[in-house]
Formats: sequence, structure tokens, C-alpha cells
Amino acid sequence: MARAITTQKKIMWTVLSWGIGLLIFFPIMWTFLTSFKTEAAAISDPPVWFFFDWTLENYSAVLERSNYPLALMNSIVIALGSTLLGIIIAVPAAWAMAFVPGKRTKDVLLWMLSTKMLPAVGVLYPLVLIAKYFGVMDSRILLVVILMLINLPIIVWMLYTYFREIPGEILEAARMDGANLKNEIIYVLTPMALPGIASTILLNIILAWNEAFWTIILTTVNAAPLTKFIASFSAPEGLFYAKLSAASIMAIAPILIMGWFSQKQLVRGLTFGAVK
Amino acid sequence: MATEHSRSSARLMIAPAVFVLLVWMLVPLIMTLYFSFADYRPLRATFETWIGFDNYASFLTSSSFLSSIGTTLWMVGSILLITILGGVLLALLLDRPMFGQGIVRILVIAPFFVMPTVSALVWKNMFFNVDNGLFSYLFKFFGAQPFDFLSQLPLFSIVIIVAWQWLPFATLILLTAVQSLSSEQLEAAEMDGAPALSRFWHIILPHLSRAITVVILIQTIFLLSIFAEIFVTTNGAFGTRTLTYLVYQRVLESQNIGLGSAGGIIAVILANIVAIFLMRIVGKNLDN
Amino acid sequence: MNMKRNLLGSTLGFGLAAGLASIAMADEITIATVNNGDMVRMQSLSPKWEEATGNTINWVVLEENVLRQNVTTDISTGGGQYDVMTIGTYEAPIWGGNDWLVSLNEGMADDWNIDDLLPAIRGGLTVDGTLYAAPFYGESSMVMYRKDLMEKAGMEMPDAPTWDFIRKAAKAMTDRDAEINGICARGKAGWGENMAFLTAMSNSFGARWFDMDWKAQFDSSEWKDTLTFYLDMMNESGPAGAANNGFNENLTLFQQGKCGMWIDATVAASFVTNPKDSTVADKVGFALAPDNGLGKRGNWLWAWSLAIPASSEKQDIAKDFVSWATSQSYTALVAENEGWANVPPGTRSSLYANQDYLDAAPFAKMTLESINAADPQKPSVQDVPYTGVQFVAIPEFAGIATQVGQQFSDALAGNQTAEEALASAQALTTEEMEAAGY
Repeated sequence: MARAITTQKKIMWTVLSWGIGLLIFFPIMWTFLTSFKTEAAAISDPPVWFFFDWTLENYSAVLERSNYPLALMNSIVIALGSTLLGIIIAVPAAWAMAFVPGKRTKDVLLWMLSTKMLPAVGVLYPLVLIAKYFGVMDSRILLVVILMLINLPIIVWMLYTYFREIPGEILEAARMDGANLKNEIIYVLTPMALPGIASTILLNIILAWNEAFWTIILTTVNAAPLTKFIASFSAPEGLFYAKLSAASIMAIAPILIMGWFSQKQLVRGLTFGAVK
Repeated sequence: MATEHSRSSARLMIAPAVFVLLVWMLVPLIMTLYFSFADYRPLRATFETWIGFDNYASFLTSSSFLSSIGTTLWMVGSILLITILGGVLLALLLDRPMFGQGIVRILVIAPFFVMPTVSALVWKNMFFNVDNGLFSYLFKFFGAQPFDFLSQLPLFSIVIIVAWQWLPFATLILLTAVQSLSSEQLEAAEMDGAPALSRFWHIILPHLSRAITVVILIQTIFLLSIFAEIFVTTNGAFGTRTLTYLVYQRVLESQNIGLGSAGGIIAVILANIVAIFLMRIVGKNLDN
Repeated sequence: MNMKRNLLGSTLGFGLAAGLASIAMADEITIATVNNGDMVRMQSLSPKWEEATGNTINWVVLEENVLRQNVTTDISTGGGQYDVMTIGTYEAPIWGGNDWLVSLNEGMADDWNIDDLLPAIRGGLTVDGTLYAAPFYGESSMVMYRKDLMEKAGMEMPDAPTWDFIRKAAKAMTDRDAEINGICARGKAGWGENMAFLTAMSNSFGARWFDMDWKAQFDSSEWKDTLTFYLDMMNESGPAGAANNGFNENLTLFQQGKCGMWIDATVAASFVTNPKDSTVADKVGFALAPDNGLGKRGNWLWAWSLAIPASSEKQDIAKDFVSWATSQSYTALVAENEGWANVPPGTRSSLYANQDYLDAAPFAKMTLESINAADPQKPSVQDVPYTGVQFVAIPEFAGIATQVGQQFSDALAGNQTAEEALASAQALTTEEMEAAGY
């Protein structure tokens, strides 16, 4: 009897969760379906769901009109580059804050986070002038540096909260064994910190991939990532829903797939110290 | 516990991060500060280095300033409310036993990976559009008049788009928190015959408070700078002009760099007030 | 280098020069352009130029607002990221006046005939006798209407209708159950969206943006008449989401057969008559933009044009490209590949003397008449201190008009009355103009 009730409940929860899950996912699903329709089918009344003439013409039209491979490459380089650079700078800082906390540690951390509140447009002109001065407009390196700076506070904070949960006794033990600072980090901490680092990397790749202000303003061709690629499709003459959908899917598919495959790692470290 | 030696190496390790952020914050900020006291309008080829506080005065006294503050608070506030309420409920739901939990989680998490421009375009054209959007078909299907979301409920429409993007984030963090709740505690309460609602109020919610503050903090940081969603959908029309968007209009649409810079500085100051306020709460919450 | 090239260009035939040039100076230029159909076509035909000259092109194709934001930032900071920019009639005189653009009076290809450009279009891109941008396509606005629906309503469209006629016809054509809206017009906020339409419309109502002392005129009775008429007409016979409809949205509606009349850019004519995209291609008629008997019609004048920023380091190659893309031979090239109906219209007199074009484009005559009817030098019935038909050629205009447009769009959405919208428009325009030192 009890078992029957649990199964019944389980089915109820399943139906409810799937319903809500599908509802949340629906806009992406719909975009995906629309990207395979003809333009006429895309705006047909009533809407068509699955039974239409599936076509790849939108994808080939999009590929023909723009340099998708370059934009994709730029997105990958910028997202990975800024994240890795950020990690290199943030890991030591977060480690030191977590294990050798001083009186000001919390203040420094909060100050770092507050730099993230700087409204981008407010510093747009200065930044363009600086980039121009160094001759780095429309270069990947510029975006790598800027996105790294934008996300650095988040990286530091995420790592800090993760590191803090690593028990200090382990370090003590390692120190007793005569490990110096460097060895302590490499052999003791890193293995324990890896899930947190992995999760931080993933989150920041997503944030960098989706950043759509600086990446549009500071690039033209050479460093233009997918955010700029989608900007050229936003309102061509007439509303080409099918082509817009195809371009959208092409812009989000890489990160979506990466996100799905790595969601376990992403979720594992995504606590920001929220869980004790 | 920490030795002098480890203290100084700790400082050394923090230094690069502090240094780059300091440069990042100070250099553009000082330039912005400099421009904010200048009459700088490149389209008029005007650059007068010192005009006192004129820019600040006209930015603060213009009627658009106060309404933009209101819009910002309203927008950020309602997005926070929706994502946190929805996030808590979803987290509790996803914690239940069910079939295919992994797949449901994949479905729920997906919007977080979609870039803001894309989600704004998709929602605007394929859902909100009054002639060809799905909502209009839905309304017509039920015999109702198609409803023009973007002009009748502009703020609400943008809130929906942004909340859709951030709901997964809130859900994930809250879900981790829910899962860390010891089942003994809950079972004990259940044994005592505590009804579900009171279990929620007295055990689950207090347990989640920390996670909720974290979600509020992180989301606020990102929500204060919402741009693409407004740019794509209403372009600031129908009272959807936030402070960030107002500054954008001054700098890029009106090309009045002096005025825009003053607005930028004001935005920075206000953001920092919010930040200090938030940090206090979060800081307290993170300590214990 | 410069001299050598000119020498080559003038003494040798095109093919030979191009062959030599490809060895001597193969280079890369970056072109920023808007994602309109004609521009996308230029992009797809540009390999011909690349082959002929050996140069290559980096294309930056963007949506209009993003493009404007990008090129304006680039040019005002002297960024030098682009060698050719696509700009409009609004930007050209302002940027040219700031010496940010290269003069096109000299250095263009020999067969690029400057005197063939339509005077109204050329005038809009010229400051003190210097041409700063080469028009790629020019447009005015006109009425596009469904002949079948007009007939069904028992009315007949004159060549030069009045606003009263349009409103009456719109009402007669509207059939909300059949999803037919008598009139489609821009409602989406923006200086290049609803304000282009409304400013042009206000001209025919005798209104003006500023008086001779640069005082805002939204408190005038002419503006009140304009806005109330517009709102009443749109409420009676416009589509449901009118306040969000710009050019693209209305185009789709018209092509789907949901508009009885549409008053918008003349370039739309080739889209609505193209059977590939339009369900009503064979039922479209054209008329001049309406008037009110005051001597001005409510049509605008615009030209998407190619300009070369002074910060470009490859001005010669850029000029070569601009010559190519805005020449008569480019028109011929498009005609050969895509048919005469698809050539970029509205820039050259020779096109309107070409019988092939006139045969293929039923809208040609109306386009030319509309363009000729626009007078940027004297846009209003009253005296004004500015030039520009649907805009005021001052740098502050874009920012102000976008905000005014938001007020009007809000009124169209029914969130405020015409009086409230005009009062806010008056207040904010006065405020901004004072801040700008007028």
C-alpha cells in the first residue's frame, strides 16, 4: 500500500516537473523547430508543430551571408581566453583570501564585487579611446582582457567560497610534513579544489560567451564573436523568423551543448558559499 | 595560525587581482570623471574641459532621471521576486523523487545558456509579436483579442524575458541548498506531524535564507546592467528606460559625452550604495 | 602611390589597370553596412570588384541601430576601423561639416558621373559644394495600396490623395474579422522610425520642429492636428500592435495581405511587388504621399550612402569601391543578375530615362515624383532655421527625436493622450535644446 502511494506520488511529481521543464524549455524548442521551416511556414496561422517540410535552406542562407566559422572561432577564443586568464589571476588571490584571511579580506572581496557594478556605458568612451591609443580595437586580445576584468570578481568570489570549505586541518597536516607553499597548492589543494575550479571555469565561459555589450561595440570583423553575428540578423527587411531562428540556434548551440554535457560539474561548484 | 611568511606571500598572491581591478576601475573611471565636468560633444566638435557641475545638474534635474530610477528598481525588484519565488518552488519540486530527473534538469537549466540578444529577439518576434507571435495565436485560439504585450505591458514583458534567463540560475543554487538539508531533520518534523506548510516555513526556508541572499546579490549585480533586452525589444520606449539605458542614450544616441559621463558617475555612485547595502546583508549572512 | 594610381587609371583601360593594381596594391578594406536587401545584394556581387582589383573586402553587416551605434562611435573617436561606412542623409552633412569624411568631388572613377545624381539626393549629401557621400539608393515615401480592397470599398485612389481621403478609405477598407487593417504606418519609437513618418506628415499639416529662434513647436496647433489625426486614424483602422511596428513589421503585414494601405519608403515597392515574398504582389497600386492642401506633401527624402571616413588609411581603394558600387555599371550588373526591378533605385537620373527599368518597375514613376517633391532646403510651409525633411540636420536631433518618438508611440499604445504626449515632447525638446546651447 505504502509503496503504491509513493509510486503514485512519484508519477505525479514526474508529470508536474516534466510539464514545467518543457514549458521553460519551450522557447528554445520552438526556435529550433522554426529554424527548419520555410519562411512561410514560420508565420503560418495556425502555427505548425512538427509536420512541415523540414528544410536546411535557412542554415545555408545564414552561412552564405556571414562568416560563421570566424565568429564561432572568435567566441571560443574570447570565452576560453578570458576565463583562463581570469583563473590564473584569481586562483592565487582566492586561495590566499580563503586560507590566510586578514582583517581586510572581506572588504577587499566586497570591493572587488562592487567593481562589477560599474555601468558599462558610463566608461564606454574612455575605453574606446584607450583601445584606440594602444591600437587594439577589434582584436581578440582586447576582448579577452576586458571580459576577464568584467568577470574576475565573480571568479575570485566563486573560488573563494569554494576554497573556504576545504578544511584547514589538511593544510596543517601537509605543513607538518614539510610541504612549502607551492607544494601545498599543487599537491594538496588543487585536487580538492578542482571541482570548484571546473565549475568556475564553466560558469565564466558561459558569461563571457553571452556578453553582448563590449563584444559588439569593440569589434568589427577580425574579433567579432557570435553576439555580433546575431546582431546582423536582428531585423533584416521583413521579419525572417526562420532565418533568425537558424542564426539563433547557430549562436547558442555550442554553449548549450557544452553546458548540457558539463552541467554536473557546473552545478557541483555553483554554490557561491550558499550551502554550509 | 598564519605565519608572517605566509601572510606576506598571501598579499603577493592577492596583489595581481587587486592591481588589475584597480587599474580597470580607476583609469576609465577617472577619465569618465574628467569628461563629466567637460562639455564634450564630438558631433559638434565641442570640447571644453571645465564647465563645473552643469552636466550633473542637468542630468539630475531632467524628468527622465527619476523615472529611470523608478523603472530600474521596479524591473530589478520584480525579476528578483519572480526568480526567487519560482526558484524555490522549482528547487523543491526537482528535489522530489521522479522519473528522468536528469533530463528535467537539463530542460530547466537551458535558458541560462542563451545569450541575451538571442532570447530578446526570440521572445519579441516569436512570442510577443501581436500579428505573428505565438501568444497571439493562443489568445485567438481561446477566442480572445490578441494582446500587444510590448506596448501594453512593456515592463512586464521585459521582466518575463529576463526572469526566464535567470530562473535556472536561481533554481540551481537553491536546489543545491535544498539537497544539503539533512533528511533526518525533515523526517523528524514529518513524524511530529508538522504540516507541509509549517515544515516549509520553519525548516526549509531558514535553511535556504543564505542561498537566497547569494542569489539576490549575484543577480542584482547582473540585473543592474541589463541592456540588450531593452535595446532589442522596446529601445527604451513605453517607460522601460532604466538608468543604464538612459546613460546609454545620452552617450551614444545624443552623443553628449559630458552629460552621459555625469550620468555614468551618478549610476556608479548609486550602484555602490546598493552594493554596500547588499554587501552588508550578505556579509553578515556569510559570516555565521 | 596615389599619383601613380591615378595615372594608371586614366591612361590604361580598366581591365589592364585592374590587372596591374592587383599586383601592385592588393589590399583589404573594411566596409560597414546595414542589412537591407539592396546592401546584402551588393555584398553578394562584390566578388566581381574583388576579382577585378585583387583587393578583398571585410564585411560588417549590421542591423541599422547597431550599425549606427558602431560607426558613430568609430568616427567620433577617430577609430579608423572602417574604410567605407554606410550612412544616411542625416549623418552625411553633420559628419562632413566636421571634416570627418573624405570629399568625393575628386578621385572617383572616371565613369562615375556625379552630374547624373538626382539633384535632391545630391543636395542632401553636399556641404558647401563638397559631396561627402555617394548615394547607394535613394528613397522618398509614398502610399502603397491594395487595388482590390480599394475597389471593394467602392473608392478610387487619386494619384495625389489628401489625408482626409486616406483616412476615409482606410476606414472603408478595414475589416478586423478578416484581419485587414485599412492603414499601416510606423508606430515604433525612434527618430528613423515613427518620427520620420510623423515629421514628414507634420510638414503637410503646416507644422515645424523649431521656429526661427530654435524654440520647440510641439505646443502649436499644427502639431496637435498632426498627432490627433494620426492617432485617430491609426485607432480606427490601424493594426493591433501598431505602436511596435516599424518598417520591417509593416512590410511583413503588407506582404501577408493584412494592410489596405501602407505609407512608407518607396524602396518597399520592389518588395511588395515581388511575388516570391509577397502574397499580394499583383494587386499593389501606388500614389504620392498625402497632403492637406497646404502645398507640402507628407513624404520624406533619404539616401543610404557610402562614405569614406577621413581616418581610413586606404582612401584610394575605398574610393575605387564606392565608385564601383554607386556607378551606372553597377546598376547594369544588378539588372543582369537579378532583373531590372531589383536595381538600387532613386539615385541617378539616367535610371529613370532607361526604358528597360521603367518597364520592369511599375513604381518607378511614383518614386521619382516623390523624390522630386521633397525639398530638404524648405521642408515646412513656415520658415525654419534648419534643413532636412523628416529630420532636422543638427547633431542633437537623433537623441531628441527618439525620446519624442517614445512619447508619441506611448500615445499610440493608448497609455497617454495626444495632449500629454505633446506636452512631454515640448518639455523635453526645450530642455535638451537649452542644454545644447541654442
